[in-house]
Amino acid sequence: MSVIVYTENWDGKFKKLSYELVSYAVKLAEMLQTQAIALSIGDVDDQELKTLGRYGIGRIIQLDRGPLSHFDSQAYARLIADTASKENANVLIMANNNAGKSLAPRVSVRLKAALASGVNQLPVSLQPFLVSKRVFSGNAFAQMELKTDTRILTLAQNSFDLAENPADPVIERSVASLEAPPSGTRVLDIQKQSGKTLLTDAEIVVSGGRGMKTPDNWAPLVELAELLGGATACSRPVSDEGWRPHEEHTGQTGKIIAPNLYFAIGISGATQHLAGISSSKYIVAINSDKDAPIFEAAQYGIVGDASKVLPALVEAVKKMKS
Amino acid sequence: MRILVCISHVPDTTTKVKFAENNTRLDQTGIQWVINPWDELSLTRALELKDDAGNGVESVSVAHVGPVSAEPTIRKALAIGADAAFRVDAEPRDAYQVAAQLKKIFETAAFDIILCGIESSDYNGSNVGSMLAEMLDLPSVSAISGLRIENGAIIVTREIDGGKEQLSVEVPFVGIVQKGIAKEPRIASMRGIMQARTKPIQLIEPAPAEPLTAISTFDPPKPRAACKFADPENPAQLIEWLQNEAKVL
Ligand SMILES: Cc1cc2nc3c(=O)[nH]c(=O)nc-3n(C[C@H](O)[C@H](O)[C@H](O)COP(=O)(O)OP(=O)(O)OC[C@H]3O[C@@H](n4cnc5c(N)ncnc54)[C@H](O)[C@@H]3O)c2cc1C
Ligand SMILES: Nc1ncnc2c1ncn2[C@@H]1O[C@H](COP(=O)(O)O)[C@@H](O)[C@H]1O
Repeated sequence: MSVIVYTENWDGKFKKLSYELVSYAVKLAEMLQTQAIALSIGDVDDQELKTLGRYGIGRIIQLDRGPLSHFDSQAYARLIADTASKENANVLIMANNNAGKSLAPRVSVRLKAALASGVNQLPVSLQPFLVSKRVFSGNAFAQMELKTDTRILTLAQNSFDLAENPADPVIERSVASLEAPPSGTRVLDIQKQSGKTLLTDAEIVVSGGRGMKTPDNWAPLVELAELLGGATACSRPVSDEGWRPHEEHTGQTGKIIAPNLYFAIGISGATQHLAGISSSKYIVAINSDKDAPIFEAAQYGIVGDASKVLPALVEAVKKMKS
Repeated sequence: MRILVCISHVPDTTTKVKFAENNTRLDQTGIQWVINPWDELSLTRALELKDDAGNGVESVSVAHVGPVSAEPTIRKALAIGADAAFRVDAEPRDAYQVAAQLKKIFETAAFDIILCGIESSDYNGSNVGSMLAEMLDLPSVSAISGLRIENGAIIVTREIDGGKEQLSVEVPFVGIVQKGIAKEPRIASMRGIMQARTKPIQLIEPAPAEPLTAISTFDPPKPRAACKFADPENPAQLIEWLQNEAKVL
């Protein structure tokens, strides 16, 4: 028996997300009275691997790149499924991000293991194995029973606190081996923009809607995000109009995020918008209409004109910082 | 080149979801079913590719796993422009069981490009597409925001952390589609609606596959505390609350 946690790396580095997964896996392993094992694939050095130990992991399996030239879900899924079988995993934990979403279903088929995606807390019960997950774009939660002996959970980002629990992990290194590495996909080109806090990683997000009036009014919003070390986002009409880039669009048809703090500025709070942000820990709404539905979702609010409130907020944050 | 678009249908996003029988199942009364938004976009992109004869797309078909009551959804896809449809006559129960049914469609009629949406907006699974790819032992690319055909080769764009990546994929493959694949969903024309009536919907017997999961109960989300308002003349108050009360700054 074991709980395996797949820890994705980005150019050899882990992110907070990886540590959240490890914290969860260690807790779940305790509940199941078994050990948690981290699995990592790619080029990650020992020093970086050791950082997983801060969150209580005792054993790490590191598969070096070998024949893998890039992320191919078919190849990675095989490696993960093989490791899970070898280690007799009864639960496999992954992130509910793009990589996790493309891997977990494949591993589920390979192991014939029940899969619950977007899980946001520890299992509600172990026998039967019941987990709670978001459904209807955040308008409800469902308790889902996983009916097989091996189960896979993908965890909603930012749903768990990191749990420090220092351990000195044993690292087992080997080279990823695949009899015939799948070769169906080939990377032609990568365009990276660097420097900015990624929306999906950000703990604070400052988002603007049509109430911002024109694309020229975004400077104080961007400044607020920068001051807070956060990312910027927007509602769909704003990206449709080309006021802001598409990557910033949050909501049912855009990105689904769960930061600690979400500022909705000049956003009415349509259900499709809330679908992307309702799992945020705190929502702050700034809107000139006191009856805007966003105030029903928000814990804090200001009824006022964004063009006046935003610069004042920027000043207040500057003062707080100094 | 033959394209298959897998479509699920979901309650219209403005529907207020309610549950029945002690919160064990969705209350279907008054629900307006619509094609899952991503599937509508996949279908739109598939039809755009077919419109340009240079791409060599012979046909665009749609696939649905569901009972006869889902036929209006399938007819709608045909009215938008799909050439033919396949329906597996089975109640969808979970992603694994649905993927096994879609696999059967692929085995009945071969396709080069299979498109699935990134998630169904009801159960938010994000599972069927990649499960199908694994069951068929095919490559897949997830979260693609672009799909084109260049001299017979398939080029897809996917969003990665902080950037974009272009890949070439061998056919057959499964493309899992997100925002950006098409601009606006294509809508049915009057002529399309007329033609849809006579387009074929091929019925397929279900494959023997059991679901691996089951939903036991639904819970509405916990109500949030009432909104606390700061004075618009004094936004510093808000910052103070965020810092000392919510402790998020
Ligand atoms: C299938 C489908 C999917 C969709 N997906 C998404 C999605 O993913 N994301 C998304 O965001 N939307 C989505 N939508 C659109 C959604 O329904 C709303 O239309 C959209 O969210 C509204 O954006 P908004 O709040 O910026 O604009 P509006 O609804 O126009 O709201 C503007 C707000 O600004 C306020 N305001 C005006 N002036 C000021 C001022 N000076 N200061 C402060 N406040 C001011 C107004 O009171 C109002 O509340 C979808 C719709 C459909 C049908
Ligand atoms: N019953 C179904 N029939 C056909 N395709 C489906 C069905 N359910 C899901 N899909 C496909 O799988 C995608 C993702 O669904 P899901 O894994 O349920 O979130 C959808 O966008 C569809 O393309």
